[in-house]
Amino acid sequence: MLQLKRDKRLKLPEVSTASLPDIVFILLFFFMTVTTIKNQQIMVENNLPLANETEQLNKKDRIIEIFIGQIKSEHTSLGQTMVQLQLDDRLVDMDEIGHQALMALNTMPEHIRKTAIVSIKADHKVKMGVIADVKKQLRTVNLLKINYTTVEGSVFQDF
Amino acid sequence: MRNERTTPEVNAGSMADIAFLLLIFFLVTTSIENDKGFNRMLPPEKIERTVDIKTRNLFEVSINHQDQLMVEGDILALSDLRDKVIAFIDNGGIPEGQPGFCSYCKGLGKPTSSDNPDKAIISLKTSRNSNYSFYVAVQNEIIGAYNVLRNREGQKLFGEDYVSMVAKYNTSESTAIQKAELKKKIEILRARIPQKLVEPETVNLNP
Repeated sequence: MLQLKRDKRLKLPEVSTASLPDIVFILLFFFMTVTTIKNQQIMVENNLPLANETEQLNKKDRIIEIFIGQIKSEHTSLGQTMVQLQLDDRLVDMDEIGHQALMALNTMPEHIRKTAIVSIKADHKVKMGVIADVKKQLRTVNLLKINYTTVEGSVFQDF
Repeated sequence: MRNERTTPEVNAGSMADIAFLLLIFFLVTTSIENDKGFNRMLPPEKIERTVDIKTRNLFEVSINHQDQLMVEGDILALSDLRDKVIAFIDNGGIPEGQPGFCSYCKGLGKPTSSDNPDKAIISLKTSRNSNYSFYVAVQNEIIGAYNVLRNREGQKLFGEDYVSMVAKYNTSESTAIQKAELKKKIEILRARIPQKLVEPETVNLNP
């Protein structure tokens, strides 16, 4: 008898949900701060090649991104169905890329221009000739720090 | 009578729901960007002086339009490239006691291979029609070889891998003092095993 009575009293109290909004708010603030809403549409095919001996590419403010790849079918009306370069959100011709990259550099604050890195985001199907031309263009405008941006993965997967 | 009228309290019960909605919105739109890649330095456009390089100090790698690899005159599988590059850099061909002797090299010391890591240069030639992904894979293996050697030296000198030092240096969690220390160590390792990769103008082997 005694045992039963005690059991009744020991019924688990309900978990208080009063702190739930606070937890949600903390999560919310976390995501709000890390979010970067990119209003950029990539108009070229962009499956980056795999590599694993890579370095982190941080310092987002000093990066000039160049996308290289076959133009996507929904944008073919804009030009030809060939490998195209994209800087910011427009397609750029090969002989203009050096100039355009310099323009992008000029939008950066002056103190970080010296450490600017050009991130080459090329599709894995792109031929080396295109890459070589881009590198040549970048050399003419003295943008020498480049980064071949890749996706983490084993290089032996494809070969 | 008037004083008794107080403003009614706003019901805060729906606050959690609103916060949840916002949270879900940000969860969906967030893409935490985490770009990784190889940092490379292009040579300046005008190179005034030329240096003569001994053939034994040059390790020639070429990629043809069919994504095949030729290393020092032989066709080689990609999986064997890393070991070959390590053997070349770590060779230490100069005998003990002579200038340029590499005290930390563990290679075979072949007279036909590189003198020391500082002299060892890798040349990577590509055809205009080779694939970018294969080129990245080859670069990956070459850089991997350098990392293996730098890790070895890092373990020997500081008891830490070179790669993990670089990763630590790049995170924002390390303090300025730690970073300065890491930078010193990284520079010592880079001086021991310098990365010397040249890329001659791409040639069109298959017009």
